This record gives sequence, C-alpha cells and structure tokens, in this order.
Amino acid sequence: MLQRLFHFKGGVKPQTHKAPSVQQPIGQAPLPARLYVPLHQSIGGVPNPLVEVGEHVAKGQLIGGADGWLSAAVHASTSGTVLAIEEHLAAHPSGLPTLTVVIEPDGRDEWLARTPVDYRALPPERVRELLRDAGVVGLGGAVFPSHAKLTAAAAVPVDELVINGAECEPYMSCDDMLMRERGEEIVRGIAIFRDLLAARRVLIGIEDNKPEAVAAMQQAVQRLGDDYRVVAVPTRYPAGGAKQLIRVLTGKEVPASKRSTDLGVQCFNVATAYTAWRALACGEPVISRIVTLAGNLEQPRNWEVRLGTPLRDLLALGKPKADSSRYLMGGPMMGFEIPSLDAPVVKATNCVIAASPTMFPPNPPEMPCIRCGACADVCPHELQPFELYWFARARNFGKTQEYHIFDCIECGCCSYVCPSHIPLVQYFRFAKSEIWSREREKNAADAAKARFELRNAREERELAEKAERLARAAAARAAEKKVASVAEVTTAAAAEATPATAATTTTEPAAAAPTVDRAALATAPEPPLVAPAADAQALKKATIVAAMERARAQREAVQPKNTEQFSAEQKRQLAAVEVRRAALQAEQAVSPATATPERSAD
Amino acid sequence: MILTIAIMALGALVLGAALGYASIKFKVEGDPLVDKIEAILPQTQCGQCGYPGCKPYATAISAGEADINLCPPGGMDGVRKLADLLGREVKPLEAEETPKQVAIIDEQTCIGCTLCIQACPVDAIVGAAKQMHTIVEPLCTGCELCVKPCPVECITMEPITENLDNWKWKYPVIEIKRAA
Amino acid sequence: MTHYLFIIVGAVLVNNVVLVKILGLCPFMGVSRKLETAFGMGAATTFVLTVATGASYVIDHYLLMPFGLEYLRTLSFIVTIAAIVQMTEMVIQKTSPLLHQVLGIYLPLITTNCAVLGVPLLNIANQHDFVESLLFGAGSAVGFSLVLVLFAGIRERVEGADVPVYFRGTAIAMVTAGLMSLAFMGFAGLDRYQ
Repeated sequence: MLQRLFHFKGGVKPQTHKAPSVQQPIGQAPLPARLYVPLHQSIGGVPNPLVEVGEHVAKGQLIGGADGWLSAAVHASTSGTVLAIEEHLAAHPSGLPTLTVVIEPDGRDEWLARTPVDYRALPPERVRELLRDAGVVGLGGAVFPSHAKLTAAAAVPVDELVINGAECEPYMSCDDMLMRERGEEIVRGIAIFRDLLAARRVLIGIEDNKPEAVAAMQQAVQRLGDDYRVVAVPTRYPAGGAKQLIRVLTGKEVPASKRSTDLGVQCFNVATAYTAWRALACGEPVISRIVTLAGNLEQPRNWEVRLGTPLRDLLALGKPKADSSRYLMGGPMMGFEIPSLDAPVVKATNCVIAASPTMFPPNPPEMPCIRCGACADVCPHELQPFELYWFARARNFGKTQEYHIFDCIECGCCSYVCPSHIPLVQYFRFAKSEIWSREREKNAADAAKARFELRNAREERELAEKAERLARAAAARAAEKKVASVAEVTTAAAAEATPATAATTTTEPAAAAPTVDRAALATAPEPPLVAPAADAQALKKATIVAAMERARAQREAVQPKNTEQFSAEQKRQLAAVEVRRAALQAEQAVSPATATPERSAD
Repeated sequence: MILTIAIMALGALVLGAALGYASIKFKVEGDPLVDKIEAILPQTQCGQCGYPGCKPYATAISAGEADINLCPPGGMDGVRKLADLLGREVKPLEAEETPKQVAIIDEQTCIGCTLCIQACPVDAIVGAAKQMHTIVEPLCTGCELCVKPCPVECITMEPITENLDNWKWKYPVIEIKRAA
Repeated sequence: MTHYLFIIVGAVLVNNVVLVKILGLCPFMGVSRKLETAFGMGAATTFVLTVATGASYVIDHYLLMPFGLEYLRTLSFIVTIAAIVQMTEMVIQKTSPLLHQVLGIYLPLITTNCAVLGVPLLNIANQHDFVESLLFGAGSAVGFSLVLVLFAGIRERVEGADVPVYFRGTAIAMVTAGLMSLAFMGFAGLDRYQ
C-alpha cells in the first residue's frame, strides 16, 4: 500500500485553526422561519422557476429545472408555501440580488415521494441526467455541475479518479467531519463516479492533519471491500486545489490548455460523492450541505444546513462573540466578506467565519512592491504575481494575459506572503473581470455589426427589388402603348391593302398580336401595384398624422392612455377581439395542463 | 558645370525610374487599417460622430479626415485604444461620456407607427403596424436613434444597472484613513 | 578580421549613434512607446542605413571623386537617402499597413534622420573602404535598433509605474534616456586593447 507522492510547487503553511470546530459531531440546523433558495446556485445556465407563488411545495420538490446541459436543478429544502419568487440578496461579494424562491416552511418537513434507483441497471446517460436533476454539483466551492464532469474524454481512458478530501483552507472542517461520520456513503458515492468514468484506480487524498478522517475512510473502504487507496498527503495549502491534488497523487501536471480528463484523471470532492450517493440510492436531491461555523464564536461546530437558510439564522447557532465585526463565506484564504447576513446558504457555502479585529486584524496599508519574488516562490501555478500585479495595476490587461493571468486560481498564497501587504489577488480578480467584460462588449459589438450589415444588405435588396418592379411596370406600360399603336397601324394597313396582299398582311398582325398580348398579360398584375402603393403610402402617412394628433391629445389629457377615444370602427374591432379571446380562454380553462407558466404570465 | 548637371540628372533619372517601378510593384489596394479601427469602435451605429455608422467613421479616421475623439459610446477607453493603434495623442472626448444605456418603449403609449423600427440600425425592435412595439434588450446598443422618430415620445433611454452577470471586481483602493 | 570586429563593436556599443553621438534622437523618442513599433522602426532604419552607406560610398568614389565634385556630396547623399526611404515606405505600406500607420510621420523622417546622413559622412571622414563602410553602417544601424528596442521595453514598463505626475510622459522618458546614455558610457574603452 505504499503510494509514491509527488509535490506541487509553491504553497504556504498557514495556521489551520481546525480543532475547535471538530469537537462536536455534525449538528442538524433547525428549520428557519423563511428559506431563500436562489435559483442560480451552480456554474452554467440559470434554472427556470417551476413553481408559482402560493403553491405548496414538498421537501425535495423541483423548484428550478436545469437550463440546458451545463446547469443543475434546484429543489425545495423543506415543505411549505412559496411566498414569492423575487430578487433577493445573493451570497456573492457584490451584494447584488438574484432571482430567489422564498419558502415559508409549514414545519412538517414532508418529503416528496423518494424513488431510490439502482444506477447500475441504468444507462450512463440516464444516470447523468438523474444527477443533473438532483442538483448534484461540486461542493468543494466551485459548484460545477458534476454530471458534466462524468464523461471521459473519447481518446483517453480514465486512469485515476482522484477524490478530494484534502480540505486545505484554514478553519474549514466540513469535509473532515463528513468523512469521519459518513465515510461509507462517500465510498458508495465514489463507486458511482468510478463506474461512470470506468476509472482504473481511485485515489482518495486527505491532508495528514486529519488522521481521524483518514482512518474513517480506510475503514469504510475496507468494510465495503473496495480497492480504493486512501492517501494522506502532506498538509500544505493549497493541496486541495484540483490540479495540485492531482499533481501530488498522480504526478501528472495538467497544462493550462487542457482539462484533466485529457490526461486520464478526474477529480471530485468527497461531499459531492456523498450527495451523488444520496441522490441515486435514496432519491434525495441536494437540499442541504455541511457548513463549518468557525472563528470568533462561542460554539464553533459543523452543521447540516438546508440550502436557503439565511446566514443570520445559521450564525445564531454558533453564538458569535460580541466583538465579531464581519463575516466571511469560504475560508480566510479564498473566501469573501459577506455583504449582508440576509444572504442565504447556497451550495457553494462550505464555511462561514466570524471575524473580529483581533482575530483577523485589518490589512496593513499597501506598500510599494519591492520585487522580492516571495509571491512567485509560493505560487502553486508557477506564475509571476509581481509581474501580473505590475500590469494589472497599470490596467495593461493585454500584458496580464501574456503573463497567463487566467491560470491564476486566486488561492491567495501570494497575498499571504507579500511583505508589502499588497492585496495581489484583488488586483488579479479586478483584471480578470475587466478582461471578461471587455470580451463581452467585443462580442456584443461584433453581433451589432453583423446585424447592422444584414439590415443594410436587406434594405439595398428591397430598394433594388422596388426599382426592378417599377422598371417592369414602366416597360409594361410602354408595351401597352406599342400594342395600341401596332393595332392602329395594322387596321389602317388592312383597310388600304389589296385583296391579293391581304392574306399575307393579315396573318402578320394576327401572329404578332397574341405575343404582345401574352407579354401584356405577364406584366398585367404589376402596373396596378404602383398606384395602390402610392395610395397606401399616403394612407399610412395620413394614419400616422392622425395617430400623432390623437397621441398629443392624450398627453394633454390628465390620464395619458391610448385606450380611450376609439372610433366606432375600432370599438367594433376590439369587441370582436374580445370575443375571440374569451373563446380561447374558455378553451384553456378546459385544458389547464397545457397552459405553461409563461403563457399564464401573458 | 555641364558635367555637374549631367551627373545630377543621371542620378535623378536612375532614382526616379526605381521609384516609379516600386510604385507599380508595391501598389496598395484598399485599406486594411480600416478593419482594425472598426474593430475598436463599439458598433452602436449611432452616428454621433457625424458619420453614418461605424465603418464610415473608421474610414474617415484612416484617411486622416476625422479625429479619434468623436465616439461617445466608445468612451475615453476607445479613444485611448485608437490612439494606441494609430500612434496619435490621446485627446479628451468631444461629447460627454454617458453610461451604457438601453432603450425602453412605454408600451402603454406606443401607437404602433413602426417609425422606430425603421430607425433602429441593428433591428432590435420588434412589432408591426398598429401593434405594440418592444425592444429586444440584449440586442439594443443604446444608440438613441429610435428616440427622435417616435411621434408620441414613448421611448426612453435607461442606464443599464449592475447585476450579477455584468458585475465586476473593483480596483483595489487604499483607504487613506488607514494608510495615514 | 579583428579590425572588422572592432568596427562593428565600436559602432554598436562604444560609439553608439544615439546614446553616445546623440544622432537620430527624434525616432528614438518618438517611436519608442511600444516594443513592436520599435522593432519595426529598427528594422526599417537598419535597412535604410545599410543600403545608404553602400550607395553613398559608390556614389562618392565612382561618381563624385573622379570628377572632382566633392562639393555635391551632401546634396547627392540626401537625394539618394530620400529615394531609398521612399522605396522602403512603399514596401512597408504594402507588406505591413499597420506598421506603416504606426510609424506614421517617423517613416519619411528617416530621410532627415541625422544618423542616416551622419554615418556616410563619418565613413568618408574616417576614410573607410567599401567593406568597412558597410560594416560601420550596419553596426550603427544595429546599435540604433538595439537602444531603440531597449528603450521601448523600458518605457512600456515605466507606463505601469508610479511616476510622479509632473514627470509623466516625455519627461520621464528623457530621464530614462539620460540614464541609458550613462550606462552606455561604460562601454568606453572596450576597443582600446587591440
């Protein structure tokens, strides 16, 4: 069972502070008064709301359907009534709102009928669909839909499946506790991933500062008779980064341009494996997750929390000390300050830290970069943060891309070691979002240009067609005149002609006349177009003028509505429309199943 | 004296012949620079620069007829990029820089005259004669060309608000209070 | 052979046209804002300078000297250089329109680049033969390109630096050029040990 371990470059060793939150087992967080379940909780498409205000939902009921392949469904975390579907503060550093389903729990916490499935009996595509509809996403913090990661690259078989239990962020212990208490279910979940990917080896990487978790996982693997390897990896932040853990366990270094599956490796978090197992074997979608409450609290502990629980209610369980001044979501290295405690717990919430000025002293003022290179030493992706900083600060984004800013995982090692206290990661985030927004603007501009050119082409074509029509009409008119004159000439000639030549002369116009007639017939429908077209234009102008008059009158009136002052004719038309609409509504009432929410919104 | 003139004339003849040959051999067709300039312009097709669209403006810049600071939707950022590309000096924008906007039709007031549809350079307005019109917001470039033709003044320009999709991390600021 | 080597090293480093002889300063300051343009300008000047030294040597030795027309030197050199520059401009416009636009006014200004006229005149003053003239011309051109590119690289970085407001732009560029000149003074004496 000797496993050769590799090293990733860089990294730091911050104080872990994990002990206080692992003293007690995982607690079940009580039901809050309101649940705020955001619809967009994963990378990819925004799920569409499937419930209506006032509707009663059961625990585990689908409330947001996955939008497209790269998206994951969202479910009601308890049974209750949908109070609103509205914009509510998101668990996001911006403090901006996002579309959220507000549920008032009825206290009964009743499950929707759960249907366990045997995933081995199902085709792999169906299993992936089930996982998507159960809302299984990467719970390490990236919330990437897991089903989308469960397809092996066509050319490369999956050699190693890496299960990430490293949990390198300080303070965080949710994965640790999950492995200690529910190791068996994790191991069963890993089997789903292994079977779907047809992986040859499974490596479970756990940092060696969690010996209890390592032992628990080893026992679970033995009990279930699997051949997974549980490997204790050296404690070094960020060993829990996917690329870092893959490097440590397999020695494979995933290049920036490739995905790990191209090298035959795939990586999942332990909590993801746990939820996948619950989703398939118990029919329970992802409606809760383990959250570490740590920091400046009386009772740091891990809680199993329903998604949508307001952070205020969650924090109350840990009893924050009086001097807690701000709160972080995620770890102290990569997390962000929560803009307001009204934000809910989402699938990405792995840890909430209460911070006091003594525990997390405010950053000392930023000093100039002295180019000491300490940041480059610790960067796990072998970037040069000091160069990136130089160009990001000068807003020279082209250069930052030349220095590979998009390989930065924002782990925070560089900021951690910077002797000048420069918030390097903040500069990198700033540069990245600027680059993305420029990209968006560029795409929008390109689309606008394409539309503009299409429109110009269309207008030109229409003009050309109109000119052609006019020309043909003119030609037809000329032809008509010609026919008339030819007829005159032939009749005159016939009158003058002698009987001997009459036979020959009369045949000529007889032959000529039909051809002219045909030509005239062919163009006949065209010429009348001109006059009516002009008429129609005049009419249109007149109606526009009339409409303007009406509108002006309306604006001057106290209530500016254009549904008054209808002419008798318009009233008749409106009445006819109403009759038709009533008939249609009656039809819809008969078959309400066909009425989609969108239509009813109309 | 004559010798001098002869030698200079000979030199002039040789050089002139060489240049004449080169001007035929290296004749430049079209102007590839226009495309590069156009790629920087925001493609709102608003005509605020005084040219009927972004391409004519790009052509005018390339020909040296137009200044680089006439495009308000492009903002100072656009001016800077153009200055960078063309090696010209950065100049302050002629007009005032406005935040990105989107046109909104007040559907209560709309009379369905189709005048705005005809004015929209990017076909971002849908509707038919005597039917209510509406603007397809993601396609709207905020050019304001539809505002004027509307006979009932039912189109307003509204600045695009920040949301989770277009939110950006801010430039890290140093708090002077703390630094002091 | 070492003699030729010393001509080149001398022209590139020790007697650098820009930083030591202070010739050709206007493109040095004008086209050094971006590295790419600096490369382009360096290449164009190298070409013009090398061809101009060769051509002026030929004109001087086979056209002007035999007929005792040395007093036409400046005029005929300038005309030749102008023609070469004109030709280069056409070629660049055809092959790289962007570089042509970016070099802008500085491309025709190669005509009056004092380095381009200065080097052929120095050749004659130093009584170089044809090969020496060419080497001296090419060496000077490489020296010019070298400092232009170095300077552009420095300026690109300086753009991101916290330069005091009053020093921004040309002022800090001039200071930088001064420091570079100071550095190049360190090459003096490199060719003394022949």
